[in-house]
Amino acid sequence: MAIEPPLAAVAPTFVLAVTALVLFAFDSIDPDSSNNPVLAGIAFVGSLASMGVAAVYLVSGVGSPATEVYGGQLVVDDMALFFQFIFGSVTALVALASYDYLQDLRYQAEYYILLLLAATGMSLMASAGSLAVGFVALELASLPSYALVSFLKEDRGSVEAGLKYFLIGALSSAVFAYGISLVYGATGSLLLSDVATAVGGSGLPGVLGVGVLMVLGGFAFKTASVPFHFWAPEAYEGAPAPVSAFISSASKAAGFALAFRVMVVAFPIGSVVGAIDWVLAVQILAVVTMTLGNFAAATQENVKRMLAYSSVGHAGYVLIGLAALTGTGNADIVLGSGMIHLLVYGFMNTGAFLFIALAEYWGVGRTFEDYNGLATRAPLACVAMTVFMFSLAGLPVGGGFVSKYYLFAGAVNAGVWWLALVGAVNSALSLFYYSRVVKAMWIEEPAEGVDVSSYPATLYAAVIAAAVATVVLLPALGLFSGIAFDAAAVFF
Amino acid sequence: MMLELLIGLCLLGAFVVFVLPDEYAPKAALGISLAPLAVALYMYSQFDGAGNALLGGDIAFESQYAWLTLGRYDVTWHMGLDGISMPLVVLSALLTTLAILASWTPIDERHSQFYGLMLFMEAALIGVFGALDFLVWFVFWEAVLVPMYFLIGVWGGARRKYAAIKFFVYTNIASIVMFIGFFGLVFGLGDSISSLDLPAIAQALRADELGSLGLLSAGQVATLAFVAMFIGFAVKVPVVPFHTWLPDAHVEAPTPASVMLAGVLLKMGTYALLRFNFTMLPEQAAALAVPIALLGVISIIYGALLALAQSDLKRIVAYSSVSSMGYVTLGLVAYTLYGVGGATFQMVSHGLISGLLFACVGVIYNTTHTRTVGDMSGLADKMPVTVGAFIAGAFAYMGLPLMAGFAAEFFVFVGSFGAAFAGAPIFTAVAMFGIVIVAGYLLWSMQRTLFGPFRSETDYEVVPAAVHDVVPLLVLIAFIIALGTFPYDLAFDMILDATEPVLETGGEVAATYGGVP
Repeated sequence: MAIEPPLAAVAPTFVLAVTALVLFAFDSIDPDSSNNPVLAGIAFVGSLASMGVAAVYLVSGVGSPATEVYGGQLVVDDMALFFQFIFGSVTALVALASYDYLQDLRYQAEYYILLLLAATGMSLMASAGSLAVGFVALELASLPSYALVSFLKEDRGSVEAGLKYFLIGALSSAVFAYGISLVYGATGSLLLSDVATAVGGSGLPGVLGVGVLMVLGGFAFKTASVPFHFWAPEAYEGAPAPVSAFISSASKAAGFALAFRVMVVAFPIGSVVGAIDWVLAVQILAVVTMTLGNFAAATQENVKRMLAYSSVGHAGYVLIGLAALTGTGNADIVLGSGMIHLLVYGFMNTGAFLFIALAEYWGVGRTFEDYNGLATRAPLACVAMTVFMFSLAGLPVGGGFVSKYYLFAGAVNAGVWWLALVGAVNSALSLFYYSRVVKAMWIEEPAEGVDVSSYPATLYAAVIAAAVATVVLLPALGLFSGIAFDAAAVFF
Repeated sequence: MMLELLIGLCLLGAFVVFVLPDEYAPKAALGISLAPLAVALYMYSQFDGAGNALLGGDIAFESQYAWLTLGRYDVTWHMGLDGISMPLVVLSALLTTLAILASWTPIDERHSQFYGLMLFMEAALIGVFGALDFLVWFVFWEAVLVPMYFLIGVWGGARRKYAAIKFFVYTNIASIVMFIGFFGLVFGLGDSISSLDLPAIAQALRADELGSLGLLSAGQVATLAFVAMFIGFAVKVPVVPFHTWLPDAHVEAPTPASVMLAGVLLKMGTYALLRFNFTMLPEQAAALAVPIALLGVISIIYGALLALAQSDLKRIVAYSSVSSMGYVTLGLVAYTLYGVGGATFQMVSHGLISGLLFACVGVIYNTTHTRTVGDMSGLADKMPVTVGAFIAGAFAYMGLPLMAGFAAEFFVFVGSFGAAFAGAPIFTAVAMFGIVIVAGYLLWSMQRTLFGPFRSETDYEVVPAAVHDVVPLLVLIAFIIALGTFPYDLAFDMILDATEPVLETGGEVAATYGGVP
């Protein structure tokens, strides 16, 4: 059977799914194998291939104009490809880093399979053309994540985190599904483009409004935004560090990918404003999320928890991408800026969590004090971590500076300057707690009893690769921003 | 491509030094730093810029490449030098090399990291003085903070952690205040600019194209932006009352970092004041001239009085920087040919002189292990060369003729005496009194530490300084005397050529406020 030509456009997702299946096959042929290099290698190559295909498609213009598959149930456009590029790169980094982290653990094949399946779900989320596909993709991304979070079965924290994540996830899935049903009731369709044509003339504005709000709640869960953020610090802290990296970067980006598409395509603010002004809701959400995330991060004593809360804060920054869609123009810039921030975030945040994985590998504790003087033992890795921290804070040592600048300037251009101001103040505040990590590593006297004798090669390589990407994105962001703005412009 | 070469050499050198083993780092860093110094001196000899880079002059070593686009605003990698930035680039390269040499004795741990950071900072500093696009400039501006934070925090004195954080937080918040102020201007300009190119923005502002922004009228936007940017830069200068981070940072910083901090980092503040506040918004500068001049004079007198009250040699020199940078502020706000030119000349001159004094204090501390004035006396017998250099530096600070400080302060006083704002002669007269206090505390502390019978309260044997400690001092003295003897040929012609256009178009403005430049 010849593959229907447009189906080739879904290749980035397919590659991930096929990789997961190959891992399945490998595991069923030799179920007792703990042949770690092969497993990690397959996962790494598969996700890298997915990233490569997405990049080639982006450059060669497969996504413009958008290719619709299965009658619009799947949409492959530049935005989908852009996000698939992010998922591919993060998954590759995590797979690379997991090789060392998992060294002596059981069920390694299952770990990589779950990882790839979750990535497949995320990739599908980015190109979901209907609410039904979106929901299924969200579940495909979420279910493996629950299992991944509680992967350390002997560790109570890990199991507890997985349970909490699962319970809140199930609840928000229910909310999301109920929201979809309300939207369907009001508009008679699940296809995003059909919903869009129906919303204006919907005879049930109240039902539609509640539906949109509940859908928004589903996204808030996936992106760890207030008020559905409670699971995030627990899950990120309890999960194995590479998994924290994965769900705080890729899974969050996936949530935003779906949110961007659904909110912008299905509920264009111009025509739903009679039913519900969701932009106002997102504005409030953005301000609360970034402020709460930052203040909570500032009070942590545990580096991993600090990063978890700061990740909530960053969700708030990205929400500006939706919150500044005020209909005054510049919509492509605002949305594109959110995409760019997620791209940079994919590297700097993944890198930061992978550094924590590295520290856990060395047996370094989790508090700031435990990081004291780490730079004298592992200077290169600490340079990388310094880059991540300062870039997350928005200092111009990495791409984080420019992507934040895009977001804030975009917000000001759209007339919501107060949003940019709150963001800028938060950003300045965040330097305080990010620099605590840097201070501990470089300035404090070394703690006793920490032995950095072995250098886990792939984990190290993943951290360094993420750092290099973060730095290179500062000068090279001009290339990506054009792609992102063009991708976003299609929607308006 | 010369500026890119300069920055690239420093960054590459920083990386190489960082990965080298500790034992090779000092010499490697010195060797590598000679390359950017040579390039900078070559550029100085080939300098062919004319006029002010921001006001349509011919820019030397210019390069421009597209970087980012955000909606209407293009960001380009735009670099180039004019007569204001050229001497400061040379100063950065020179002081980095000398500071590296001066680090050999005091820095005794984590060599490769230390020297790597020094070279990284050199790259960032050159970037600050060379950038002609706001975002590029801001990237370098913020990038300077990072190495200095580590230099103070890792290699500093007893309270280094406190000083490093204070430095970092103060100057970073100042940057954000300034950033918001500047973007107020950019948004106020609306459609009349399409990029963040500093020359384009400066010329649009001069052409009165600033519009209203929300509820604010154009005039209010300009005034608020001026104040925000002034506060942002004043912290860096530092102008009293934004100076409190400086003594902490200086006292805790290791000697080479102090040299860089006083020698170049403070100049970033006054350089930016000149480029942004006084070049872009001359009307607001004229309207706010009296309060700014007042701050400048307070910095001069108060800084000098604080220096007089200290008993730690390094603190004395640190507070004297507050005082000396006050002259720069006063010269800028005078808004006359000699005022602005003299202020720029003072930036270079103070960079050399304060660098020299900090280096001297560092050498004295290395050998005596104390900086307290009461704990030592009669050092002149034991370490004649260092003490000679210290005396030379002190005389330069007091403004002895034929030394750079004299020329600089003389230009500033001539300029500010004839300034158009109300009460300029009185401000100048009060400021001149600052020199008396400077002479007072320098002579007093020298008399107690350097002369008289030898005495030391510490157990260390006082031995003559090593050659590599003394060489930077002598090189600096040579530059100070050269600059004081031939100020016009070496720098002032170049500076006046670039500062004059600032006033020419602003002349009309100054006239409306009751005088001519």
